[in-house]
Amino acid sequence: MTASVAISERPRLAAGASLKRNRRWALVTSYVFLILFAIFFLTPPYYMIVTSLKTDAEVAHLATNPWIISSGVTFEQYRLLFQGTDFLIYFKNTVIVTLCVVVISMVVSVLAAFSLSRMRFWGSGILATGIFLTYLIPDTLLFIPLFQIVRGLGLLNSYWSMVLVYPTLTVPFCTWIMIGYFQSIPKELDEAALIDGAGHMQMLLRIFIPVALPGIIAATIFAFTVSWAAFVYPIAFLFSADQQVLTVGTVTSLIKADVYKWGMLMAGALVAAAPPLVVYAFLMDYYIAGLTAGATKG
Amino acid sequence: MAEVALHNVTKRYDEVDAVRSISLNIPDKEFVVLVGPSGCGKSTTLRMIAGLEEVTAGDIVIGGDVVNDVPPKDRDIAMVFQNYALYPHMTVFENMSFGLRLRRIPKPEIRARVEQAARILDITDLLERRPKQLSGGQRQRVAMGRAIVRNPKVFLFDEPLSNLDAKLRVQMRTEIKRVHQKVKTTTVYVTHDQVEAMTLADRVVVMNAGRIEQVGRPHDLYHMPKTRFVAGFIGSPAMNLLPGRLEQNGEGLNLRLSEGLAFPVPESRVARYRPSAGKDLTFGLRPEHITEPRGEGRDPRCEFTVTLDVVEPMGMETMVFFTVNGAEICARVEPSAATGPGQPMRLYANLNHMHLIDPASDLVL
Amino acid sequence: MVDLARQYPGGLAEPAARPRASMQRFLRRRSTIAVLMCLPLIAIVAGLIVYPALYSIYLAMLNKAQTRFVGLGNFAYLLQRDTFWMVVQQSAIFALSAVFFKALIGLITAHLVNNLPSKGQRKWRGMLLVPWVIPLALSTLGWWWLFDPTHSAFNWIIQSFGGNEIPWLSNPYWARFSVILVNVWYGAPFFLIMYLAALKSVPEQLYEAAQIDGANAWQRFLHITLPMMRNIIAITVLFSLIVTFANFDIVQIMTAGGPRNMTHVFATYAFLLGIRSGDLPLGASVSLFMFPILAISAMFILRGVRKRGREIG
Repeated sequence: MTASVAISERPRLAAGASLKRNRRWALVTSYVFLILFAIFFLTPPYYMIVTSLKTDAEVAHLATNPWIISSGVTFEQYRLLFQGTDFLIYFKNTVIVTLCVVVISMVVSVLAAFSLSRMRFWGSGILATGIFLTYLIPDTLLFIPLFQIVRGLGLLNSYWSMVLVYPTLTVPFCTWIMIGYFQSIPKELDEAALIDGAGHMQMLLRIFIPVALPGIIAATIFAFTVSWAAFVYPIAFLFSADQQVLTVGTVTSLIKADVYKWGMLMAGALVAAAPPLVVYAFLMDYYIAGLTAGATKG
Repeated sequence: MAEVALHNVTKRYDEVDAVRSISLNIPDKEFVVLVGPSGCGKSTTLRMIAGLEEVTAGDIVIGGDVVNDVPPKDRDIAMVFQNYALYPHMTVFENMSFGLRLRRIPKPEIRARVEQAARILDITDLLERRPKQLSGGQRQRVAMGRAIVRNPKVFLFDEPLSNLDAKLRVQMRTEIKRVHQKVKTTTVYVTHDQVEAMTLADRVVVMNAGRIEQVGRPHDLYHMPKTRFVAGFIGSPAMNLLPGRLEQNGEGLNLRLSEGLAFPVPESRVARYRPSAGKDLTFGLRPEHITEPRGEGRDPRCEFTVTLDVVEPMGMETMVFFTVNGAEICARVEPSAATGPGQPMRLYANLNHMHLIDPASDLVL
Repeated sequence: MVDLARQYPGGLAEPAARPRASMQRFLRRRSTIAVLMCLPLIAIVAGLIVYPALYSIYLAMLNKAQTRFVGLGNFAYLLQRDTFWMVVQQSAIFALSAVFFKALIGLITAHLVNNLPSKGQRKWRGMLLVPWVIPLALSTLGWWWLFDPTHSAFNWIIQSFGGNEIPWLSNPYWARFSVILVNVWYGAPFFLIMYLAALKSVPEQLYEAAQIDGANAWQRFLHITLPMMRNIIAITVLFSLIVTFANFDIVQIMTAGGPRNMTHVFATYAFLLGIRSGDLPLGASVSLFMFPILAISAMFILRGVRKRGREIG
């Protein structure tokens, strides 16, 4: 038993600053840099909001600080947007297209994912890898031949052509997400269900879908966001205002007589961006799960 | 000099005290085992010694220096984790030499030290493999090799055998003891398995709910537990504990366990227990001290007959279970002497090994 | 399944019922159901992805009016035009630099967020992901306004400090910079999310073991974090290379390929030639130039990923 020596007399090994102080320094620097990055990421949306609330006169005025609103907040731009342009038509079209595409995508991908993850048949492995590979074929390669095909089907300049081609953007990745989620369901659940007398359809509807609900929500959000934001296909296949969707409509058709009414344009962009942002705000975790599920489970 | 000392060390997480002001002195080269149930604070204590957790209050002293503010890499310690924590992308050789490479030790010396450690642990032909290709026991050895190679002041083990199957665990226990005899370094070892503690340790520290219940050599903890917790924790199967009353019986004392069952207290203990006569106490006796009547010079008043509930033949001995006053009691008897479930059997209680515990303070008298 | 034929040797079922029974059994068989469930997916993939991809090869070998077969004529024509080579150069610069900066910013921000106490991480992650959530076409519109020649808010700040205004979109080299900037702004959050998830998947005990072995923060990053993350870094870079290479929205909206065709990438050039000018075959050949580059990079990165996956397990 060592003789007890008063603690203050023991030599203290202080290798530099104390651990606690180091940790606090690291935290402060982290916050500083994070704030800088946050400013970088949030500046454009902020500026868009600010612009949309200004009067035309203030927008055009060059001398005042464009980053703040100095002559009073106005909702005039939004009123003009809804009453004086085709914006609401674009909105309606986009809603119809997106709804149809989400339903189609989820039905197709859930069925396929259930089949590929649970039932083994000749070619199922090849098909699963194939889906991963088709995701690598970008829309900017397909839009030219698809233009020809869509024209041949008589669907050019109709928003139903979007319902036809958008699934190419959503179905491969949604299937991949769902395969990952389905595979994580233990096989014992299947076996218990089979013993209880369930058929395949019942197993899918009563067991898989409820248990994999987070994955389904994540995939649905993904399909929604991609459809809502699609730009290449609409700008290539749609020409008239009554068929146009939000992304293209806001960017190209809101310009009246060569005058860029930026206040109204920003208002339009914000309203058009609102649905994905709202979904994100409320379902952020599912949103992110959809993104990461694909890559990390792959 | 690599002794380790803890002075009133406390660890607080938000509202909870995981470790409450414990003090401990570990002399150089000693193998100390911290043992206790889940959540008793043993792992937290080990991690504070390692520097992986901050100390809320108190001091940790390694080799005479207070190391509270010293980062792990400067404490000259080595640790073996429960999950081995081997770097999956490096070979066994690279895993073991990582710490040395960081300190810029010249390559020939690295090679010599790694090969020497590999010889001690018998893993020389595994040096070029990756962790994924090794079995559990092999990974454990590599983890130990990584620790040995560093030649530290203190070895820290955090439940290293918990992930191995029973047979392998027994083998590795012997390995660890053998290595400790060869590489005589102060060792602090954490486990929840009291058998491991008893077989490996020079001294055992029994912890419960953040406090040290008792520190001592395995033999002392087994035969002379100081608290109810230690009495019930050490020894497998656990000590039988049941309520009883100490009665005056002329010059001597009787321990009454139920209406029909009372034992005379051995003369050697009467003086110690006399002040507690008349009280309700907890009586403790290990199963190995309740047997079929055997041996010379036994007190016939310590023999009794009970109806057995369950009989478990273990091969070398048979465990019989019966009920006294609502409590289930276990006894270890010769296989040939055991009767059967539902049958009566005559047993003998060797009260020279009895313990009495004050239920109010949970201290052993 | 009771063999009725054995119990009733005379034959139980009428001859007409037997084909129906075997058809039902075929439909009920597991593998049949499985294939049926996959049919919609196969139809979409085959009809709307594989077939058009192959068709575009055929299409690229026709003349503008699509009446004659011209073989590799379109490709030869492109290879001789300076504009096309500029498109190749710009696409490469655009993709490589944008992906590099996105990955770098993603890695740095992931570490910064990971260092925060876990309660605050969710908030910051939520804020930093916003660029990715806003549809790219719409945020590009916002950037366009920020870069507007007369009203640029950035220029206002620069001029307040006494500097000269920057021709963000009218000078070719600044235009290239702006396009890359917007792409990095938009894509970095994706890398942040991916790398944050990857950082969290590295077992804490590995870092503790390294700490005890004597590694400081930078050494832990170099020897533990990076090797463990090599897989996810490869996958994200691959995906991003493909997506960035094929990017359309940003260039089309902000510069439409100008000034002087110097910001054109494959996608916008194909759009210009194929849709706007009506020469589908030529547009198809431009698009097809993307494919070999994408396929080769995909192959390399996937091979490396699979090899390391086997090592680490």
